[in-house]
This record gives sequence, structure tokens and C-alpha cells, in this order.
Amino acid sequence: MDNAFKGFGAVFYKETLHVRRDFGTLFFSLIIPALQMVVLGFGIDTNIRQVNTVVYNADGRRESRELLDRFKNSDTYHIIRYVNSDRDLNDSIISGKTRVGIKVPVDYSDKLLHQMPAQVLILIDGSDSSVAGQAINVSTAIGLDESLRRALINSNAPFAVDMRPKLLFNPDSRSPNFFLPGLLAILLLNVTTFLTAFSIVREKERGTLEQLFVTPVRPMGLLLGKLLPYLAIGFFELTMLLTFMVFIFRVPIHGSVILLALLSLPYLFVSLSLGILISSKATTQAQAMQLAFLTILPSVFFSGYIFPRETMPKFCYALSFFIPATYFINITRGIILRGAGWIHLWTDALALFLMGAMLLIIAARRFHNKVISA
Amino acid sequence: MPNADQLAISAEHLVRRFGTFTAVNDISFQVQRGEIFGFLGPNGSGKTTVIKMLTGLLPLSDGHATVMNLDVSKEPDRVRENIGYMSQNFSLYSDLTVTENLTFYGRVYGLSPDRLRKRMDDIVQLNGLSPYLNRLAAQLSGGWKQRLALGCAMLHEPKLIFLDEPTAGIDPVARRQLWDLLFELSGQGITFFVTTHYMDEAERCGHVAYIYYGRVIADGTPEALRQLPDVQPPGTYRVEITTPEVTRALRIARTLPGIRSATIFGQSIHALVEDRFDMEHLREQLLKNGLVVAEIRPLAPTLEDVFVELTYKHQSEAEAATRG
Repeated sequence: MDNAFKGFGAVFYKETLHVRRDFGTLFFSLIIPALQMVVLGFGIDTNIRQVNTVVYNADGRRESRELLDRFKNSDTYHIIRYVNSDRDLNDSIISGKTRVGIKVPVDYSDKLLHQMPAQVLILIDGSDSSVAGQAINVSTAIGLDESLRRALINSNAPFAVDMRPKLLFNPDSRSPNFFLPGLLAILLLNVTTFLTAFSIVREKERGTLEQLFVTPVRPMGLLLGKLLPYLAIGFFELTMLLTFMVFIFRVPIHGSVILLALLSLPYLFVSLSLGILISSKATTQAQAMQLAFLTILPSVFFSGYIFPRETMPKFCYALSFFIPATYFINITRGIILRGAGWIHLWTDALALFLMGAMLLIIAARRFHNKVISA
Repeated sequence: MPNADQLAISAEHLVRRFGTFTAVNDISFQVQRGEIFGFLGPNGSGKTTVIKMLTGLLPLSDGHATVMNLDVSKEPDRVRENIGYMSQNFSLYSDLTVTENLTFYGRVYGLSPDRLRKRMDDIVQLNGLSPYLNRLAAQLSGGWKQRLALGCAMLHEPKLIFLDEPTAGIDPVARRQLWDLLFELSGQGITFFVTTHYMDEAERCGHVAYIYYGRVIADGTPEALRQLPDVQPPGTYRVEITTPEVTRALRIARTLPGIRSATIFGQSIHALVEDRFDMEHLREQLLKNGLVVAEIRPLAPTLEDVFVELTYKHQSEAEAATRG
């Protein structure tokens, strides 16, 4: 019996055995789509909610507190801090900790009591146009609502509460301005993590790593010697992408380029360490590829790169704090769009540095136990 | 007891446990300087673990080892500076040229530029690598890869070189050339620690040890091992029976009294027989079955015979121990 499908049964049998034995590959090829689905299903709420908001209430009397309660009760704003000066109000937005700043002027209650229109300043970070749009609409609605309520109580009251939204940083609501600085973080992570992981796993596959361990090369010397060239590549890539961004996509850099370069160091440090961590786990380049994807995906979805972090479910929001890209995206957007400086961004830099140090220690230890003494 | 300074390796009661599994179980042996020491054993018997222990990669669970008079537990880094190591896959960077590979390993061992240049010249000359200096390692044949790898392992002039299955997968000519080179270097006082699966290579070693499931079950010169009572029990000897129909002859031979064991080697049978065994009786029996016997002659045991006998003995002892 000779036919074109000869051997089908045998190959099919063998292949099902392979799939069952190689549980890791199966797991990853199934978990990644599942993860994407969960994230896109739950994580994306196109309704903008719970936007981090800072308040400078210069008035402080009952009328002003009532107004702020209306903001609180709306699902759109989430007041996370109160400040006492215009400068702090501005800094809070520039640092990226809040996207909206509400300033109630010192004479707010007085004006209302004297039947005069009172103004409230709404500062809005315009880098994310969907967030900005929602913030404008809801604030004007609150103003209108408050005015109507007052008019119903006292029909002599003129148009009482006047909301003055002011769009900062990205007045034209251009989307490249919003996406490109974030994309920078994702692309850097991509290149550096992949390259480091691959360069080590390749030596594992070839057996040259084993050879190196019987030479006087010490593990730290080995890791550092491997990392530095890729750090340089990461740096070169950053420069290249920034050049494209500025000259092709016309996204101006409002802050200091030198600060951006400096703050990218801890981020590169994190992603290189992540690469080492992956390489201590993976024995083949295919495995390294899967693991690297597993680290890239959360960085894309949970870091605030595409979806505002505030609108995510609690769990995803909590997770975003453990993702290095979250901090670096705040740094890139901060410096490029909002002209942020060191005082606004040092906490992000510190977070990245701590993550990098921790990852490197874990990676070096794992490397020592699982790779050298295996 | 030889002078301790003359020892390249001294391993005393080495033990390595992984969890509850004992990979290396109380191993002791000594390697003299200038020796070619063959370390043999089946895969998974603990060979690699012992090499890792001697090169300071794996801590010892128990015991004591010195390599070139350095304590491997206390000074693993100095041990690694004083040894060369070549693994079975030759561990070269295939996207680097011959020169670049040599330069890299030279720097790894901290050679000064002058010394590196001089050592590279020596090694290129010794190993005949000069036509290939600018060729990528990936484009070299197995034999040349192996010479390059050996070159990389001896750039820093180590007095002890570990070769982990140096001839696996290379052609017979390259294999013989490597051994010629090893003998030459050994004559200059370099010690070699060689693992191999080839019995003919084991026969070339001046000193062999056989490791079986974490224990050394044979240790000595090939000649001394052949004389071991377990290999050559008193009252027995070995014969080679040459006949055209070996398979049928083997079946018949095994039924005869006085034959302890018999196995086929190409066109002949190697048998361990008792003194009372009558060779003429065997010849008659075979002839009666229509088999022409070309030759029956006494034979010295090979190293393979040695290891087979010792392994059987060890297995039966182990079985007896579990039953008892």
C-alpha cells in the first residue's frame, strides 16, 4: 500500500508525544494569547475614569469644598493630593503624578456670596488626548451643573461657576506626541533584553560558556563584559530614535536631552539585567525568545504606553508599579512633552535603579547556581 | 608514596552529593606530572562532575583535592589560571577567526601583548594552523577545530590540561595526529587528564582510571589492570578463536564446559576459559557442526575486557548488597 500520505499516522503519533513532553512551549504558546485576551478584555476601558488629580484650594471655605466634592463624586477624577501653591500644582502635573490640577481661587466663596461669577482653573496634561478630552468635558459639565443648581436656589444668580480648562504640553492633541515617547521605552526594552539574553544563551548552546567558566574569568567580569557592548547599542538606539522623533515626526523635546540620556541608564540597566535573568532560565534561543516576549507584553499593556493606567482594573494598576517601562515612560513623556526636570523625575529614576540592582543580584545569583554549578 | 610535589592531581575521598543523590562517592586517585591520565567511564558515571570539582566549579561535599599543589576548595581561581581545559564540543566562537579566537583566550588568561604574540606564533607553528589564520572557526573541519581548541587551551602554558572527549566525532587521521601531539607535549612535561570512550585511546594512556556510578573501580597502568585477579582469575586464560561463522560458533562454544564467557570481535571469538578447558575438544565440536576453525590462540585481555569484568563484578556486588 503505497500512497502520498504514507507515514502520516506515525508522524502524528510522534508529534503529539513531542507536544505533551515539551510542556513549556505549549504553556507559553497558550498563555501568551490568553494573557493578551485578559488584558485587552479587562484592561481596556475606553471610558476614562479615575484620572489622578491634584487640588490647590486657595479658598478652603464651604462653597469650595462642595465644589470639590462634585469632582470627587464624578467617576472621572480621583483626587490624590492637595497642595498649597501654584508652583506645587504645576510640578505635580509636570512630574506625571497627576494629570489634572484644579485651582480654586482665594475669592471663590466671596464672589459666589456676592452673586458674582467665580472662576475655577482646570490645568490638564494634554499628552494623552483621550484623557484630556474627557477631563475638559466633565469639568465644564460640573461647572454648568453647579451654576444651574445655584440658579434654581436663587433665581437672581447670574452664570455663577465658570470652569476655565487649560490644556498644557500638547495643545494640538497630536497623537505622535503621546505615542512616540512611550514607544521609545518599549523599543529600548525590546532590543536590549533580547540581545543580552540571546548572547548568553547562544554561548550556552555552543558550550563556550562552559569553557569560560574553567578560565580565570570571574562571573561578574563575564557579565559586565557582555553587558557593556549592549548598553552602548541601547544608547545608540536611543539617540537614533530620538533623532527620528524630533526631525521626522516633529515632536519637540521640551526638557533636557542630557537628563533623558542620563535617566535612560538605569532603564537600560534594568532591561539588560532582565536579559541575564532570562538567559539563566532558558537553555535554547527559542526558549529565550518566549521568555523575552513574556516580559515585553506586560510592558506594552500595563505601563501606560497605550492605555491610561488609572482606568485599569485595580490588579493591573497594582501590577504596573512592578513594570520598569511604567517609570521610564513617565520619564520620557515628562522630559519630552512636559519639560520635566530632575526634581520631577528622581523618584522614577530611583525606582528604576532599585529594580535594576535587585534584578542584577537575582540574575547573578541564579546565574551562579543554575548555570555555573549545574 | 611519591613526592607530593611531583603530583599534578591529588584527589582524596572526593564526595559530591546533589540532594539525596551521590554523584561522586568517595573517589581517590593521583596523577603524576607528565603523565597522560585516561579517565574512563560510561556517560552519567560522574566523569564530568569530577572534572568540575577538580577545576573548582563545583564545591566538594567532602574530601580534599589539590591540583598543581593548589587546594581546589581554597584557591579555585588560581587553579583555573594554572590549567587548560578543552571540552568535547571544542568551545570555539564560530563567528570569530582563528586569530581572533586565540587572541580572546589569550586575553582571558591575562597574557601581555608581547607574550600573547609569541605564544600565538608558537602554537600556530606547533599545531600547523598558519594556513587558516583568517578563516572563521565555523569553516574549519573537525580536526582543525580541535587543534585550534587545544591551542586556545594551552596559550597560557599550563602544565596540566584537561581534555574532555577530545576526539569525539573527528576523523581517524586527525585522531592519530592529536595523540602524536599529546605524546610530544607530554614529553615536554605537560600533564594530560583525558576522558574518552575509545578503548584504543585508553590503551595509549600511561595511567587509566575507570569510574562506574560514582566510584573508581580500576586505577593503574593498562598493564597492571590486565593482571588484576578479577580480570584474570587464577586458573583461567583467554583465547581467540578465528572462524568464518562466528555467530554459530559462539552458540556452540558457550555450551562447552570450561568456558566462562565468550564474545565476538569481528571474525573471531574472545573467550575466557578455565585451565581444564580442552582446545582440541572445542575444535572437534566445531568441526562436527561443519565449522572450519582457522586458528585458536591464547590472548592477553584488552582494556575493554578489564572494564567489562570489573563492571560485572561491581554490579553483582551491588546486587548482593541490596539483597543482603
